[in-house]
Amino acid sequence: MHAATKEWPAGEAAPDVRPVEAAASRVRMAGEHSRNPRPIAALDGVSLTLGEPGVTILENVSFSVAPGEALCLVGPSGGGKSTILNLLAGLLAPTTGSVLWEGAPVTGPARDRAVVFQDAALFPWLSLEQNIAFPLELAGVAKAERRERTEELLRLVHLLKFRGSFPHELSGGMRQRGAIARALATKPRMVLFDEPFAALDGQMRELLQNEVERIVRATGTTMVFVTHQIDEAVRLGDRVLLIGARPGRVLGDVPIDLPRPRRTGDPGVVRLVGSIAAEIRAEVEKVAREEADGAWGNANSRDGGDTRRHLGGGI
Amino acid sequence: MRTAATAAILVAIWAAASRVAQSPLFPGPLDVARSLAAALVAGTLARAVVTSALRLVVGYAIALATGVPLGLVLARSDATKRAIGPLLLGLSSVPSICWLPLAIVWFGLSEAAIQVVIVLGAALPVTLATESAVRQLPPTIERAARTMGARGPTLLFRVLLPAAMPGIVTGAKMGWTFALRSLMAGELLFVSGGLGQLLETGRDLADTALVLGIVAVIIVLSRVSERLLFGPLERVIARRWGTAMP
Repeated sequence: MHAATKEWPAGEAAPDVRPVEAAASRVRMAGEHSRNPRPIAALDGVSLTLGEPGVTILENVSFSVAPGEALCLVGPSGGGKSTILNLLAGLLAPTTGSVLWEGAPVTGPARDRAVVFQDAALFPWLSLEQNIAFPLELAGVAKAERRERTEELLRLVHLLKFRGSFPHELSGGMRQRGAIARALATKPRMVLFDEPFAALDGQMRELLQNEVERIVRATGTTMVFVTHQIDEAVRLGDRVLLIGARPGRVLGDVPIDLPRPRRTGDPGVVRLVGSIAAEIRAEVEKVAREEADGAWGNANSRDGGDTRRHLGGGI
Repeated sequence: MRTAATAAILVAIWAAASRVAQSPLFPGPLDVARSLAAALVAGTLARAVVTSALRLVVGYAIALATGVPLGLVLARSDATKRAIGPLLLGLSSVPSICWLPLAIVWFGLSEAAIQVVIVLGAALPVTLATESAVRQLPPTIERAARTMGARGPTLLFRVLLPAAMPGIVTGAKMGWTFALRSLMAGELLFVSGGLGQLLETGRDLADTALVLGIVAVIIVLSRVSERLLFGPLERVIARRWGTAMP
């Protein structure tokens, strides 16, 4: 996927951006759920095709995120949820349509949009403390201030005692907390979570969900949280977007008006999880039927997706 | 400790075997020690070691200085990879000593000729190891760095290079071994000081004890230099990455 992916050339403007005016007006119509009329981020008619022959990953995806909102994206695996996150981060460029940040097209990654990855992606050669200080150093923050901010963040995620540990010495949950602290270091306006707790056990996940909720509320950060676990989405989100698979598209937009703090076992949460699950199940079955009808679809999408097999082909 | 015990047993067997053989072509450990001591007293051994070591250090430094950057470029630029990747793989299958005749024609019987052989032998494994180490990094490392605003030289030198360090050190270690082999081959063929020449002298005089002694010296030097050069690096990597080096 890597080689075929069209990425933004660092520091250059996007090649074909649509007029901002037209895009913004359509976004406003699409974002009827958001409480704030001016979205902080939006996808407008975004499609993404990767590889040769082209595989459509996303098809005509439009939604917007209000400032301070906690938006969760759920859907079956391989449905393009992470791709949407990479688009918002500016790590990928859309084939058509536009990705907007405060009304202007996204032309690459920026410090006000931080990402927490599924594998934490802490740098193994740096201690936890150095990992958290790294984005501050890149941002040109002075050493004294860097130390102060790092300590504050370590305390926020309860890892002060482990400041000198290297990532391999930490547990999976601690690594994720470290990654969250690192993402918050430069005080981003939006944090993008890419299935950060998928590899953790149930108890640890619940604990970290509480922490994310606490931290995000405390800092007033906008959050987009990708997960394939519906209860996690309902538990954390102000709003849940259902993302269908092959190609990825928005199937539904569910506002979650349940009181906080929520627990996974709350009756309201359970009821909503049930109805969202039913909707997703219908979608998954539809996709499965389509695949069974034509073996072509299945074989073709596998061919395009698995570029690993071509590794070393150019040698 | 266990290694020392094994070595002692092997030396004892060797001593016994040479006593049974009773032939000047099969010297015992004492003959070898005597021969080495003589070379040491005459100063030939020290001169040879210094000559070889200098050549090795210079050639290896050039190989690292070209091999690591070339590997980085190959990993980051698909166009470069397509253009010279196949050529480099082809070259790496040629033992570097094969370039000695050409190097002698070009540079004469000079230090430059032997340096060509060392650099060609050592740079390619370093290049290929650096390239694969950078290419095999988890993609989220680069993505995380880019969301923090790292790009260009910052991304390359502050993120990708340190991230690939375990693979690069493995390649550098391999390069050191290749440099030593290329050097010995070069010195054996192109007589001009160094341990290789001392080996040649041993052959000319049918001094098998000297030949065996020099081989022992080469083994010791290669092990000690590897420890000194790469030991500290490997300890740092084991501490940070939590992995034992291969």
